[in-house]
Amino acid sequence: MEVIFKRPKALSDREFTYCPGCHHGIIHRLIAEVIDELDIQEKTIMVAPVGCSVFAYEFFEVDGTVAPHGRALAVATGIKRALPDRIVFTYQGDGDLAAIGIAETIHAANRGEKLTTIFVNNAVYGMTGGQMAPTTLLGQKTTTTPYGRTAANDGYPLHVSEALSTIGGVAYLERTTVSTTKDILNTKKAIKKAFLAQIKGLGFGMVEVLSTCPTNWGMSPVEAQNWLLENMVKEFPPKVFVDKVGD
Amino acid sequence: MKKLMMKGNEAIAESAIRAGCRLYFAYPITPQSEIAEYMARRLPEVGGVFLQTESEIATVNMVYGAACTGKRAMTSTSSPGFSLMQEGISYIAGAELPCVFVDVVRGGPGLGNIQPSQGDYFQAVKGGGHGDYRLIVLAPSTLQEAVDLTQLAFDLADRYRNPVLILADGMIGQMMEPVELLKMRDLSTLPDHSDWALRGARNREPHRIAAFNIDPVGLERMNKRLQEKYRLIEASEQRWEEYKVDGAEYLMVGYGTMGRILKSVVDSLREEGIPVGLFRPVTLWPFPKKRLKELAEKVKLIFVVEMSSGQMVEDVQISVEGKVPVHFYGRMGGFVPTPEEILSAFKEVRKWK
Ligand SMILES: Cc1ncc(C[n+]2csc(CCOP(=O)(O)OP(=O)(O)O)c2C)c(N)n1
Ligand code: SF4
Repeated sequence: MEVIFKRPKALSDREFTYCPGCHHGIIHRLIAEVIDELDIQEKTIMVAPVGCSVFAYEFFEVDGTVAPHGRALAVATGIKRALPDRIVFTYQGDGDLAAIGIAETIHAANRGEKLTTIFVNNAVYGMTGGQMAPTTLLGQKTTTTPYGRTAANDGYPLHVSEALSTIGGVAYLERTTVSTTKDILNTKKAIKKAFLAQIKGLGFGMVEVLSTCPTNWGMSPVEAQNWLLENMVKEFPPKVFVDKVGD
Repeated sequence: MKKLMMKGNEAIAESAIRAGCRLYFAYPITPQSEIAEYMARRLPEVGGVFLQTESEIATVNMVYGAACTGKRAMTSTSSPGFSLMQEGISYIAGAELPCVFVDVVRGGPGLGNIQPSQGDYFQAVKGGGHGDYRLIVLAPSTLQEAVDLTQLAFDLADRYRNPVLILADGMIGQMMEPVELLKMRDLSTLPDHSDWALRGARNREPHRIAAFNIDPVGLERMNKRLQEKYRLIEASEQRWEEYKVDGAEYLMVGYGTMGRILKSVVDSLREEGIPVGLFRPVTLWPFPKKRLKELAEKVKLIFVVEMSSGQMVEDVQISVEGKVPVHFYGRMGGFVPTPEEILSAFKEVRKWK
C-alpha cells in the first residue's frame, strides 16, 4: 500500500501540549514538512521561546534549546555565528518576539542574521493566562484589559511586520494565516521561502502567522477561527512584505 | 617567552584568544571597552567572530547560543552591564554551558562611576540571578595573573561545564605591566563536547539543552546534580595566595587589587616588627575556606580590606567560624585605599587588642 500522508520525519512523536483548536500544532507540522522537503533535518538547530511553545524544541526531531523569554534571536545569533553552515530557526509568540524581545528582533533583522523566525501572533499571552500582548486589538478584552484595550492607556496594536519591512537586513517577510486549506498551503510556501532566504545566505527571514488562542479568547475553536478571520486580518492584513528570494 | 608591556584589558583579550576563544560578543562600557576594541581588531585575524551587540541582555544570550555549540565563547562588561546579564547567566549555569565572563568592576550602586571598585562581589559570588546556581569566580591581582587566570577560566569552564567569571576592577583593566603570554592553543586540542553540543543531529538522536523542568521531581533532580557538581568544585578548586603568614599574629585579607596593595602594607608592618601576614583569595567561589580556617586558629585578629562596604568579609566570617575577631576597613566611591590609610586603620584596631 502506498503511504500518502504520514508524520514528517522532523516532527517527534511526542504528544503536543497545545489546547484543542490552537494553531501552534498546525504551524509546527508545516515547519517539519518544510525541513523534510529541504532535507535539512540533520543540520537544523531550533531555538524555542518562553510561552506556550516552550516545548517546541522537543516536538521537532532536531537539536534545540530554550532561550530566556524574548531572547530567542540573540541565542540563535550566537549559534549561527558559531556554526554558519547550520540552519537555525526560532519559533516565538507575540509576547516573546514583540514585547520583551522586540530589541533582539529588530537588531537580528537589521544585522541580516541568516536566521529564520516563525512569529506566532495570537494577540494575547497564552501561557501566562491571557494577558494583553503588544498585538492585542483595540477594544479586545484580556485579563489585563478587562474593559477592552484602549489606545489612551495601552497604546495601539503593534505592527511588527510593517516595522521590520523597512529594515535592510530582511530578506523574506510575509504575514499569513492558517485558517483555511489554501491559507495553510500558502503559509507552508512562506515558511519554505523564509528558510530559503537563510539557505541562500540572503539575510533574515520571518513569517508572521496569525493564530488562535481559543482558551484565552474564551471561544470554541470554530468561534476562534471566525474571530481571527473577521477581526485580526483587518488589523493585520496577510501580505508579502519583502521577498528577496524570488521563485 | 619574552615579556610584553600591555594594558590589563588587552592582556585579558589576547590571553582569551590564545586560550582558543573565537567567539566574543559585547556591549561597550567603561572601564573595559578596550577588551571589545582589541577583540574587534584581533579576532578576524584568527578567523574568529566579533560582534558588538545591542545590549548586555542580547550579549549574554548570544554567549548562551555560542556556548550551546561547545565552542569557546566569552564576553566582558562592567558592573551595570553585568547586572543586566544575570537572568542569562542563571540560564547558562542551569543549562551547564561552558563560557567565560569578565566583569571589570566600577563604582556603584546605580550608574556609580567608572573608578575601580569591588562592589560586585555579592552579585558575582552569591548568584545575582535567580535559582540555586554557582559561578566559578577568579580574582586576579596583577596583569600576569589576569593572563594566567583567563587561560584557567576557559579550562575550568570546559572541565565542569560551568560559566566562569573573571572578577577584575578598573585598576586591573586600565594599568600597564609587563606580561608573559602563553602560546596560542591549537584548537584541535580543545575539548570536543560532541556528546552534548548542538551541531545538528546527524547520525544520532537530537541533543536538547534547557534549564527547565516543569516537573518538581525532575527539577529537584537537576538541582541536586548541579549541587553535587558544586561540591566537587569546592573540594577541588579552592585557590589562594599567602604571604608572610609564618609566625603571623595578625592576618590581612583582601582580593584582587586590594590583595596586591595589602602586600606592601604587610611589608611595612613587618619592617616595624609587627608580625602580619596576608591571605589573598584567588577563587572567590569556591571561597578558600579550608585554609583560611586553619590560619584563623593561629592569629589574634583578622583585618579585611575591600573597595566596598564589606562584602567578602562575610565569607571570611563564615570561614573562621567566630574563632577570631574579624575587623573590616573599606572605601566606596571608587577609591583605592592607600597603604598609609590602611596602616593607620589597622593600628587603630590593634590598639584595642
Ligand atoms: C523574564 C520573564 N518575564 C516574564 C515571563 C512570564 N511569561 C512566560 S510566557 C509569557 C508570554 C507568552 O506569550 P506569547 O509570547 O504571546 O506566547 P503564547 O503563550 O501566546 O504562545 C510571559 C509574560 C518569563 N517567563 N520571563
Ligand atoms: S493557551 Fe492559547 S496559545 Fe497556548 S496552547 Fe492554549 S490555545 Fe494555544
